[in-house]
Parts: sequence; structure tokens; C-alpha cells
Amino acid sequence: MTEWLVKEKEIVVPGEKLVTGMDALPGIGTYREGDSIYAGRLGLTYLDGRTIKLIPLSGRYSPKKDDVIVGKVFNIGMYGWNIDTNSAYPAVLNLKEASADFIPKGADLTRYYSIGDYLVCQVFNVTSQKLIDVSMRGPGLVKLTGGRVIAVSPQKVPRIIGKQGSMVMLLKQASSCLITVGQNGLVWIKGEPSMEFLVERAIRMIEEQSHISGLTEAVSAFLEAETGKKLA
Amino acid sequence: MNDNEHNHILAILDKGMRLDGRKPLDYRKPITIQRGFTSTAEGSAKVTIGETEVLVGVKLDLGKPFPDTPDEGAIMVGAELLPLSNPEFELGPPGIQAIELARIVDRGIRESKMIGLNKLSVKSGEQCWVVSIDICTLNDAGNLIDASALGAVAALQEAKFPALKDGKVDYQDKTGKKLPLACMPVTVNVCKIGNHFIVDPSTEEERNIDARLAVVSLEDGQLCALQKGGDAPLTPEDINKMIALAMEKAKEQRTYLKH
Repeated sequence: MTEWLVKEKEIVVPGEKLVTGMDALPGIGTYREGDSIYAGRLGLTYLDGRTIKLIPLSGRYSPKKDDVIVGKVFNIGMYGWNIDTNSAYPAVLNLKEASADFIPKGADLTRYYSIGDYLVCQVFNVTSQKLIDVSMRGPGLVKLTGGRVIAVSPQKVPRIIGKQGSMVMLLKQASSCLITVGQNGLVWIKGEPSMEFLVERAIRMIEEQSHISGLTEAVSAFLEAETGKKLA
Repeated sequence: MNDNEHNHILAILDKGMRLDGRKPLDYRKPITIQRGFTSTAEGSAKVTIGETEVLVGVKLDLGKPFPDTPDEGAIMVGAELLPLSNPEFELGPPGIQAIELARIVDRGIRESKMIGLNKLSVKSGEQCWVVSIDICTLNDAGNLIDASALGAVAALQEAKFPALKDGKVDYQDKTGKKLPLACMPVTVNVCKIGNHFIVDPSTEEERNIDARLAVVSLEDGQLCALQKGGDAPLTPEDINKMIALAMEKAKEQRTYLKH
């Protein structure tokens, strides 16, 4: 007999028993042991028919194909660059993926990207062993100059971007800053110093209150109060 | 050093602001001192400056005086940069950073003549009190120097002698007698980035400073110790300016030490 021990949208901790019985299926963030399903991480339960899933509330970034991330160059090799992805695994940016231009043999690679540079790049391959390949060929994939990079929890990234990018649009509109949110939890902000700081505070607010409904209105009110601008 | 970050911090400073919205000469808030934090130490204090947290403990023990100062006690300062306070710190013997931190705090207390060492003698040439000051970093969000020095002074103000029985220390039996303290040295670490001077650097700023000068001073404006760090040289005008700044900021810190 299948017994559901948790309800929808309940906070569970790793190792907590969620279901007993073989009718239910373990989804993302859960695992089966014997005839029970347990939580693999801290998260909110989400029931989808017979499947039980977890929406993670904490943890590091885990690389996924097609993610656009903000990475940092930490090494230059013979055939490309090594990128710190803010996850447990480094990525490789191969020469042929580095630029739309042709890079001749023996060129000085630091002229393109040097150590310490932040890049907006796209993950185009992740092997089962978590070897990551990233590319700089694509719209919006650029080297970031100036500005500041702040780290947020990767789990909060969807809230910072908002539905169809509504939250990030709001931030851009209020502050006139350039903002790039990487799926790996690094956010790049560039603009007037006071506005950069305002965006940083707003992002911290989103991070803290991400579980509250009506967040967009709260952030909008905060930004309006701080800038004195009327936001549509 | 990352040029990008350095240039950005400079660009913001040119507009009279810092990464976290402070003015160049603002300390992070709140600055708190929690005295008597641990019961096992004779005196202790936990200091927070913004998110930086440092715990300082003072132990009193009996030892042999140094041959050249038979009628004086001794002081020792040790700093441990715990790995839990910063991902870059590692376990093992103290590194350059830990040694420098301990020495700055040591020099401030020693050269200001804060502790009346001649009152710490128990038996001339044979036995004296040894004051050990231990600094543990709980969270490094920048400016460990100011926080540790502040904590050390607060812990010393708090320290009480344990009882002496038959030439041995009984740590269970606490007397109410405090250490003989003469003054209140305050350390302010002034940093230089480009042509700007800042106090209380954050982690990002600490990574990008050109030079820094830790200035220890007394209430009456007497200068006790200086320690210079960083790669860039300082001109005499720079140093004068930094000392003046430090004296000004020391007033603010001194209000936290009075109780």
C-alpha cells in the first residue's frame, strides 16, 4: 500500500521519508531505498501525478546544457581557457568557440580573454562526468568589462529574473544599469555607483523574500521609494 | 590583483562612494563588543564590525621573567585565522597574514605601555604573570586588524586575575582584581587605493588596496605604533595624512571601548 507522508509544498530535509510503497515514483532531488522514497536535499515537495519531486531551496549550481552563465577565467592553456563556473566543476572554453573571429595559430590568447576576466558564456555540453564545454559564440555572449559581480544563491536565480524577465526588467528600468544574471548565481551589474548599490540591495531583498507572493510589487515599491521614479 | 575589480573600485571612489554604498571614511555598522564571551578565559571579547567577527581571549599564567627584565611580566599575542572564517584560510602553522596580524596587535599593546608590566612581577627574577592574548577569527569580511585590536583591548579591560595558591594558579577561584591598565590604544588601518584613503576595507577592497598603514594611537594624540603593508610606496605626505585620518577615526572607536 502506498502511503504519502508529505503534502504538496512542504519543506523537507535530506533523508526525510516522503512516501512508502512502490506505486509512487522518485523524481528530481529524491531517491528510492527499499520500498520508500527519501528526500535527497533541502527543498519543497512537489507532487506530479505519481511522481514526487523536490524544488531545491539551497545548494550549489549544477551545470546544465544551454544555461547562460557568468564565468571567470582562471587559466589559459594551449587550446583555450579554463573557466570557473561557480560550481564544483570547471569549464573549458575551446579556441574555436571563443570568438566569432578566426584566431590564428600561436596568437596571444590573453588579448582575447585574460585571467580574472568575467565572461557571459553558454554551456553547450556537459558529460556524465561533468566535464563542461562553454561557448562564446551566440547573441549576448560577451566579455564583461567594468561593473561589479555579486554572488547569489543559484536557486534564487529564477526569482531574480522573474516571469519572462519581468523582475530584471524592473531593476533595469529603475536603475538604468546593465544587468546580466547568470544561471550559476553570478550577477553582473554596471551603471552609476549609487544605482549599482541599489540593484545589489534589491537583489538581496529578492533573495531573502523569494518565497513571499507579491514579490514584484514589494520590489517595485522599494525601488520607487529609493529612486523617486514612478515605475510602470 | 584583478585589474577589472581594482579599476571599478577606483572609478566608484572617484565619485566619493564605495562598493557597499559607504563613504570612504565610514566604518561598517554595527560595531559591537560583547565582553566576557567565554567563561574559561580570564578576559574575553567578541567584536563585530559589520559582518566581520573576531573573538579575543586573555589567559593569565605564571612564567619565568626574561633575564633582562627580572621585575616585569610578559605579554604574548597569537592569532589564528580559522578556516571557517574565510575559504582561503587553511589549518596548520600560522602563515604570514596571521603572524602580521598578531604582531600589529602585540605592538599596539606593547608600545603604548598599556599594561603595567612592572606590576606583574610575583618574585623578582623567578616568577611573573604572563599575559597571553589569543585572537580567533570567526568570520573574515575584511578589516581583521581593527577588529582584533579592538577585541584585544576590550578583553584586557575585562581580564581578572585568578587566585594564587602555594605558587600555583587556581583558575576556578577568580579574584576580582583587574589587570593594571594605563591607557587605551586604538588601532585604525588606513588603506590607500589610487589616490584615495579609506578605512575599514571590505574583502573586495582588501584584495585591491595599493598600500595600508595600521596606526595605533592614544587618546591624547600620542602615536604608539605604525605598520605598513601593501606593495605601493607611501610618500611622507601620505603618511601624515593617514595618521591624521586614523587619529580622527580612533575617537569613534574609543566610544565603544568605554563602559
